[in-house]
Amino acid sequence: MEPIFYAALLIVAIFCAYRAMVAKRILSATLYLASISACVSAVLYLLGAQEVAVIELSVGAGLVTVLLVYALSVVGEDALDPSSVVAKPLAYIISAGVAIVLVWLLYPMSGKGSSFIVSKLATILWEQRVLDVWIQIVLIFSGVLGILGLLSETPQTKPDHVQGSSRNGS
Amino acid sequence: MITSLNIILIGVVSLLGVGLYGLLITRNLIKMVMVLQILVKSAILALVLAGNVGGNPGLGQATAVTVIVVDTIVAVVALALVVQVRRRIGTLDVSQITTLKG
Repeated sequence: MEPIFYAALLIVAIFCAYRAMVAKRILSATLYLASISACVSAVLYLLGAQEVAVIELSVGAGLVTVLLVYALSVVGEDALDPSSVVAKPLAYIISAGVAIVLVWLLYPMSGKGSSFIVSKLATILWEQRVLDVWIQIVLIFSGVLGILGLLSETPQTKPDHVQGSSRNGS
Repeated sequence: MITSLNIILIGVVSLLGVGLYGLLITRNLIKMVMVLQILVKSAILALVLAGNVGGNPGLGQATAVTVIVVDTIVAVVALALVVQVRRRIGTLDVSQITTLKG
């Protein structure tokens, strides 16, 4: 029964990812991104990573979505996605090629098992990966500075080409 | 035989392929941030899966938590930069941001 759950959740996640790519409105794409995060969290929960699933759900579907919506409200209405620089068939071929190579490299490794070490996430995070925790603390501080940059109000400056044309006009 | 492991592996690679496709076709800066989020979500799944397959699930989960934190900070800083670019240059199209051209 479990493989059916995995397959259903991942199909929904991939569908939402594709819809997020092709959506004309970026707000819709943001909601699709939150759906992907929810599906990934469910898969993580089924895999036994409950703590990671909770963090992913709260951060991916909550915080990042709110930040994206806020950034969209600040940026304004001209956030429409223009046409791509790379031709779409070429992009499709490149991404499909990378996916095929990855499956070719990873599939033989999926059958190999190894000795199972049962240790809790908290034990590993606080005793073996202490450097990671310190780096995360520093990064969270830099994220706070980033949010300050996002929220800071600077005087509206005209774009360069507008300034240049007004100078030429005068 | 199709097992749960193979299904998740195919799902991870498909999500990564869709994200890479989006990164190639997208010119909008906000959408680029979103595409990076999709790519990192597939990487998180792959890390947890690798921890389970490798016999040390705690290590994979700890690395996944670190990746989630780093990814969130990347999104926050990138969005702050996007807002500032929009205010100063007036566009979000990467091909029109010509300030850095030599």
